Amino acid sequence: MNKLLVSPSPHLHSDLSTKRLMRDVVIALLPAVLVSVVFYGWKELLVLAVSVLSCVSIEYLITKYMLHRPSTVADLSAVVTGLLMAMNLPSTTPWWVVFLGALFAIGVTKMTFGGLGQNVFNPAIAGRVFLLVSFPTYMTHWEMPKGLFGVDAVTGATPLGAIKEGLLQGASVPDIMSAGGYSYGSMLFANLGGSAGEISALALLLGFVYLIVRKVIKPHITLSIWGTVALVSLIFWLCDPLRFTDPLFNLLTGGMILGSCFMATDYVTSPMTEKGGILFGVGIGFITMMIRYFGSYPEGMSFAILVMNAFVPLINNWFHHKKYGRA
Amino acid sequence: MSKRTFSIGGIHPHDNKISRECPIEILPLPPVVYVSMSQHIGAPAKPVVAVGDKVKAGQVIAEPGGFVSAFIHSPVSGTVKSIGPVKDLAGNGQNTVEIAVEGDEWVEGVDLSGDIVRDFPDDNAAIMDKIRLGGIVGLGGATFPTQVKLSPPPGKKCEMLIINGCECEPYLTCNYRYMLERAEQVVIGTAIIKQVLGVDKATIAIEDNKPEDIAHMEEVVRTLAAHSPKYAGITVLAMQTKYPEGGEKQLIDAVMHRQVPSGGLPIDVGAVVQNVATAFAVYEAVQKNKPLVSNTMTVTGNCLPVQHNCEVRIGTPISFVLERCGGLPDSAAKVISGGPMMGKAVSNLDAATVKGTSGLLVLTEEQTRRMPETHCIRCGKCSDACPMGLEPFLLFRFTKAGMSDELEANAAQDCIECGCCLYSCPAGLPLLDIIRTGKQQVMGIIKARAAAAKAAAAVAGQPAK
Amino acid sequence: MSTTVIWTIAIISILGMILAFVLWLIAEKFKVIEDPRIDEVEKVMPGANCGGCGFAGCRAFAEAAVKATDLEGNYCPVGGNDVMARVASILGYEVKAKAPTVAVVRCNGSCSNRQTVNVYDGVKTCKVKASLYSGDTGCSFGCLGCGDCVAACKFGALSMDPATGLPVVDEEKCTACGACVKACPKQIIEIRNKGPRGMRMFVSCVNKDKGPSARKACAAACIGCGICAKTCTHDAIVLENNVAWIDPAKCMLCRECEAMCPTGAIHGVNFPKPLDKEAVKARIAERNKKAREAAAAAVTKENKGETV
Repeated sequence: MNKLLVSPSPHLHSDLSTKRLMRDVVIALLPAVLVSVVFYGWKELLVLAVSVLSCVSIEYLITKYMLHRPSTVADLSAVVTGLLMAMNLPSTTPWWVVFLGALFAIGVTKMTFGGLGQNVFNPAIAGRVFLLVSFPTYMTHWEMPKGLFGVDAVTGATPLGAIKEGLLQGASVPDIMSAGGYSYGSMLFANLGGSAGEISALALLLGFVYLIVRKVIKPHITLSIWGTVALVSLIFWLCDPLRFTDPLFNLLTGGMILGSCFMATDYVTSPMTEKGGILFGVGIGFITMMIRYFGSYPEGMSFAILVMNAFVPLINNWFHHKKYGRA
Repeated sequence: MSKRTFSIGGIHPHDNKISRECPIEILPLPPVVYVSMSQHIGAPAKPVVAVGDKVKAGQVIAEPGGFVSAFIHSPVSGTVKSIGPVKDLAGNGQNTVEIAVEGDEWVEGVDLSGDIVRDFPDDNAAIMDKIRLGGIVGLGGATFPTQVKLSPPPGKKCEMLIINGCECEPYLTCNYRYMLERAEQVVIGTAIIKQVLGVDKATIAIEDNKPEDIAHMEEVVRTLAAHSPKYAGITVLAMQTKYPEGGEKQLIDAVMHRQVPSGGLPIDVGAVVQNVATAFAVYEAVQKNKPLVSNTMTVTGNCLPVQHNCEVRIGTPISFVLERCGGLPDSAAKVISGGPMMGKAVSNLDAATVKGTSGLLVLTEEQTRRMPETHCIRCGKCSDACPMGLEPFLLFRFTKAGMSDELEANAAQDCIECGCCLYSCPAGLPLLDIIRTGKQQVMGIIKARAAAAKAAAAVAGQPAK
Repeated sequence: MSTTVIWTIAIISILGMILAFVLWLIAEKFKVIEDPRIDEVEKVMPGANCGGCGFAGCRAFAEAAVKATDLEGNYCPVGGNDVMARVASILGYEVKAKAPTVAVVRCNGSCSNRQTVNVYDGVKTCKVKASLYSGDTGCSFGCLGCGDCVAACKFGALSMDPATGLPVVDEEKCTACGACVKACPKQIIEIRNKGPRGMRMFVSCVNKDKGPSARKACAAACIGCGICAKTCTHDAIVLENNVAWIDPAKCMLCRECEAMCPTGAIHGVNFPKPLDKEAVKARIAERNKKAREAAAAAVTKENKGETV
């Protein structure tokens, strides 16, 4: 017989592991990835590949040669960061811009804080915002989806961008909507210009349902973002439908679905308690709508998440779990 | 309506009750038994026999060593061979009486027949005496002396007796078998405890993964209620299966919707919880004059070819039990005394079973090996799982940093060491291992503070005298 | 343009002055008057804040030392006599020299001496391991090998020897602050006198089991046989709970106990020459023989005296 193992209780462990959780996120993103590749073609594939590969290799190099620690790439968290960041970028982004984004996301946002679990800000969003601020030309140059084998690339604005632009020129929201041919159906099924993560709400929702079913995430953060966005835009829209977009439009456009389902729910950068999560979601929803309506950028999801990320330690201090036998 | 369960946290491990179909069998006597003097919580018992003495089964061999302590009886007849430290299952020396087994002769007055005695006396003092002299301790795991638990401190009133038949630990099935094979005895024991406590309500809580038990116990309770009014007020309650439902505090929350205050006792909310096996032991002591000299344990494991539920005399070496149950297979990597969530890993197979041994579980390396420790990803699964509503990730960090004030403020002392946090951590962090040391540290500080306050009060009180 | 510059400079300067005045006011108002000697004492302290003196840090020690009327009970083990002499001169106290001390690991349970009988699979700290069980070897007193002492040492004086699985003390770096003694749940590490030129004798075992079981657990255990105590001519060895202990105050470093110990549990370190066991044993045998003869002679003499 072998020597007996001795350890403190418990002696069983659930089959959960960081790797399994991350793998589930990757699986949940696959439908959206597939749709974006179908619509944007090989360029999108290139962006995705460059982003994932550079995220993984940067993390590997940093852990190995700068931190002198065992490599952590096997937990797939860098893959998730890479995928999410790529889905936030236009398919026309040059490869070196994508690489710089990955360098910022992993190198600055994640590893300088000590790697997985220690970062304050969501790396993928930080990477995207870094690129948005540094290379605005590349980051606002959208190509209309044309299918995998389409030839002529047509560039156009995202619905949110078009509205911002139109409003500045004095047009009203319904005019711009009809001029651009934006319908809710197209928003749901991917027919509009935007980043990979923006084009098909349906594919993303599919992934979100998968994450809920697998109990990887709980829906409270996402739902509170949606609720807040719907409520805030409803109030403004009812006040002045010519100036403000309606709730459904706001829910289906921009990075709303991707951000609320995949980025705001990131374990590391979201509050630990449900109550805290709801406050976090309300904050994101509110800031997003303020930026969309009154800010100079057409889209505010990324900024909203980053801002609320900074509040997470504070929220964790405010809200604690209800303890047994304590008033 | 959904079935009752506790309100905070909890996990659903696979229950693996693979030994549920195995009836309780009586294990033959070993050649030698090692009866430890520390089989209960509290002061070790003091031996009252000497080397060379002839003892009979059921004879007192040790007396309580304090208020919270218990009598210990010889589980066999034979000769006392030695008295002194013998290594327990963790390899630490415990004062132990070693008895060489000769025949199986019992002291007089013990009713060894299988007849069920349904009528019990009204004299509570006599019953309490029998429980005390029978060396009964709580068999649900904590082995707290039963007579202490059944004497509520003055001013505290018990409102409900809860009989714990949840058996929420995976793998263990001895309570399940008790409630199938010895249901009547369990219910009689329940009625006795109920009478002693002077309560009119008793609830037998059973998790719904044991439907046969629920049905059978309900039937037995009905027939006994028809037999005598003393059996009125006992109900069987089906509970939603969730670990750690059998934890005292969780069970009270689930059954009564009350929460024991931090640092308090169940009696503070009017509850007394006893295990099914304890109820059976009370029946044996009161109705059959039989002290606690044997207990029933599940010998199980997916790697064992045959599963067992067997009644074993206390003091039987673990190696003897395992051998009689088919021996350890080559794939066995860990032997656990108790269930997989809260049981203790055995490092010394020659150690003897004690009153509280509820099972011997054999796990393979694949089943039990710890995951490599990685980084906390702040997923919050540990605090979602914690049945006490604590934040294990936080306590883990505070303990590592030696921040005892923060540990106390975040209720490290409330930890019940159920293992839910470590079970559910995807990063493989040794949460409970570390938190346990933090809890001990805080408990030490609280104790020292109480002692200091007491001393200060004594000093302040003296001049007044 | 030039007016803007002038205005800017003027406003900033005035603002600076006002704020400086406010700062000065606050500093005056909340000034804490401290004995200046506390700072002086703190300056000569090693500054390691190790807590070896029993205070929270060097500053706390300095405060206590200034408050106290003499240096009795306040001793910095890290700085040693040097630092204490300087502290004494600052405070005008008398200085008492203490013999230099060092941490000593009292366990022989290397991998070859002590077989592992099970595999520990929990968190790798001695504290957790010790509260769980007696350890992965047969010896329930010996080193658990998880290195809590190494982690506790602030001076980098302890390291685990991978060959033996036991901690090793670097005598040059060890300041005898006692952090490792507190960290060890098995009470294996002892602060002992360093001895002349570092030479010292100690029993490297704390196993309190009776001889046979101690021996079974570890080949180099102290089995409590008492031969060392019988051999010692200086009455320096006490045998208690089946384990011997050498009193450094009485030990004359003759190394006779080391030679006679049947298991090799007694260690002598930093001696210039290796111990010639046989020679020492022969010397002891010779001495015992002479003693016996002398005793016999005394008896015969007495007997003779009686008969005559």
